[in-house]
Amino acid sequence: MKNPYLPYPVRIDSIVTETEDRNLKTFKLVFLNPEDENKFAYQAGQFAELSVPGLGEIPIGIATSPTEKGFIMFTVNKVGKVSSHLHNMRPGDVMGVRGPLGNWYPWDKLKGKNVVIVGGGFAFTTLRSSIVYMLHPDNRADFGGITVVYGARNPGMLLYKDELVAWEKRDDILLHITVDGTNDPNWPYNVGFVPAITKTKAPSSDNAYAIVCGPPIMIKFTLPVLTDLGFAPDRIITSLEMRMKCGIGMCGRCNIGTEYVCKDGPVFTFEQLSRLPNEY
Amino acid sequence: MKEAYLAKDTLLPLVGLLMARYRVAAPVAVGDYHQFQILTQPEQLDLTYRNTRLSPKDLFHPQSEKLFRFSTAADDPDANILKEVERDQGPRLVFGIRPCDARALRLVDVNFDTADCQDPWWVERRRNTLLVGLGCTAPCATCFCSAVGSGPFDPGGLDLVLTELADGYAVAAASERGEALLADLDLLSALDQDRAAAAAEVQKTAAGTVARPFDPTPLGDKAMTELFQSPFWEEVAFSCINCGTCTFLCPTCWCFDIQDEVQKDAGVRLRNWDSCMFPLFTLHGSGHNPRQQKPQRVRQRFMHKFKYYIDKYGDGPACVGCGRCVQFCPVNIDIRQVVALMTARCVCPA
Repeated sequence: MKNPYLPYPVRIDSIVTETEDRNLKTFKLVFLNPEDENKFAYQAGQFAELSVPGLGEIPIGIATSPTEKGFIMFTVNKVGKVSSHLHNMRPGDVMGVRGPLGNWYPWDKLKGKNVVIVGGGFAFTTLRSSIVYMLHPDNRADFGGITVVYGARNPGMLLYKDELVAWEKRDDILLHITVDGTNDPNWPYNVGFVPAITKTKAPSSDNAYAIVCGPPIMIKFTLPVLTDLGFAPDRIITSLEMRMKCGIGMCGRCNIGTEYVCKDGPVFTFEQLSRLPNEY
Repeated sequence: MKEAYLAKDTLLPLVGLLMARYRVAAPVAVGDYHQFQILTQPEQLDLTYRNTRLSPKDLFHPQSEKLFRFSTAADDPDANILKEVERDQGPRLVFGIRPCDARALRLVDVNFDTADCQDPWWVERRRNTLLVGLGCTAPCATCFCSAVGSGPFDPGGLDLVLTELADGYAVAAASERGEALLADLDLLSALDQDRAAAAAEVQKTAAGTVARPFDPTPLGDKAMTELFQSPFWEEVAFSCINCGTCTFLCPTCWCFDIQDEVQKDAGVRLRNWDSCMFPLFTLHGSGHNPRQQKPQRVRQRFMHKFKYYIDKYGDGPACVGCGRCVQFCPVNIDIRQVVALMTARCVCPA
C-alpha cells in the first residue's frame, strides 16, 4: 500500500528571490530518486505539501507546468514556521515534497475555449503554471485567445518578471500587467487595481472561461466586473487556500461544508461555491 | 455455525484461548471507570460495564502516534529523509466492544479508506482486528443509538455479538469473519431453543428502553446553506467553552494534526488527535481564520455530523448515539437537543 503521507525526498537546486520585499522566494526542486518524478505526474492548478523534516509541512501551489521536465518549482511567501525556515535554506539542502494534491483547472473543459486569467499578488503561481502549459507548442492550438490581467502592489512585487516581459512581446497571449501604484515615471504598463484594469480591457466572455486567483478583496471586486462582461458563475474558476495538514481529505480541517479544499478543491467554480456555506 | 452458547464459567478460558491467538483488547476497570486495554491476563476483563469513558477508537486511530522518523545530522547520508516507523500489524481482537462503538468504526472507514487514497495505519488495523461485541442489556439514560439508525444489539459493525443471559452468553456471528471464528472456538456449545428465545427477549426489552429524542430523516432534504445560516447556532454555542471534551470522547471524531518533534538530531513526525473546537485548527498562516468565532466552531461539529457527512456520503449521520458527549460536556450542551433544533426548523416535506 502506497503511503500517502510519505514525502518524496528532493534537493533544492536553486532559490530565486522574486520580490523587492524579499518575502517571496521561488524554490526549484529536483527529485533525489529520478523515478519519483514520474510518480509526481501533475496538472496545472494542483498543489503539494512541502515537507521540512523537524518543522512540518505547508501546502503550496505548483508553479511549474507539467510541460517543464526535470524539476518542480514553488514560490513561497514567508509567513510562518515552515516557510520562514525554508527561506533560510540553501541550494543543496534536502527536504521533501508530497503530492501532487487536489484537483486542477478543468483543462478538458477549457479545450477550444478562450481563457481569461485574472491574478493578483503572489496567487500567480498556479496561474504561471497554467500559462506556461497553454503556451507550450503541443498545447497552444487547444485553446483560443489567452488574455491575462496580472497585478501587484508595485513593480517590485511582480513575480516572474523575466517571463512577464517575454510574454508581453508574444502575439499569442495578450498580457495586461498592472500595479496599484509606482514612483517610476517610465513605467510602461498599466497603473490601477486589477478589477478596474479588467473592466477597462474588457475581455470578451464569448466562448470563454475566466480563472481568478488573488487576495479576497481583489476577487470580491473582480467578480462583478466579470459578471457584467457576461461570464456565468460556472465559467468563473478560482482556487482556494486553507490551513491543511494531510492534503488528502482525511485530517478534517479544510472543509467548506461537504467539500475538503485539499481533495475536492482547491479549484472550484463560483457556481459550486454558491451552493456551499460561506466559510472560507 | 452462526449461533452458539458460552457459559459464564468458560468466559475466562475462552478469553485465554483468544489471547493465545490474538492480542486481545477488552474493557478493564481503571479507578471508577472502564477503558479498553490490551489484556495481559484474562482476569483483567470486566464485562460489568455500561460504557467505557473513552471510546475504543484509539485502538485504530491512536491519540498520538509516530508515523515517520528521520535524522537531521549533517553527516548522515539519509539526513532529512523520512522513514516509516515500524508498526506491529499482528492479528488483534477487541472483546466486549459495544455495538455503537463498532458501528462508529464503519462510519469512519469512509474517511480513511477511499477509492483513490488509503490511510495505511487505519486500513491495516481494521483489516487485522476482529470485533466481538457485547450488546447492551441496560442502555444508559443518555443513549440514543436507536435514533441514529442503530440499536443496542446492532450487529452492523461487528463480527460476533454477545447477548448476556442469566448463566452465559448467546453468541451470534455477524460477519463471514465472525462465522469462521465461531466455528473455530471449541469452548462454545450449541445454543438451545430456550436460550435463543431468552436472548431475543433480552434484545427486544433493551431496544424498548432506548430513547428516540429526535428523527434525523429530514436533515438530508434541508439545504446545507439554510441550515448553516440558522439563527440557533449562537444560542447553542453560548455556553460552550470550546474545551474539546466532546470531540475527544466521540467515537466518530477522527480529525488529527501532524507535528514534527526533534531531540538532538533524531526526529519523528507524529499524528495527534485534533479538534474543530480549537481556533488553531483552521488558522491560516496569514492570520485569517475561517472559523475564528466560537459559534462557527460549534456549528462545524454538529453540521459535520448531521449534515455534511449525510450529504457527502449518502449515509450517516456520523453519530452512533453513545451519549458520551452528553454525559461529559461540562456545560451541559446536549447533542440530542441540538439535533432536535436542526430538524425542528427544517422545512419538512408535507
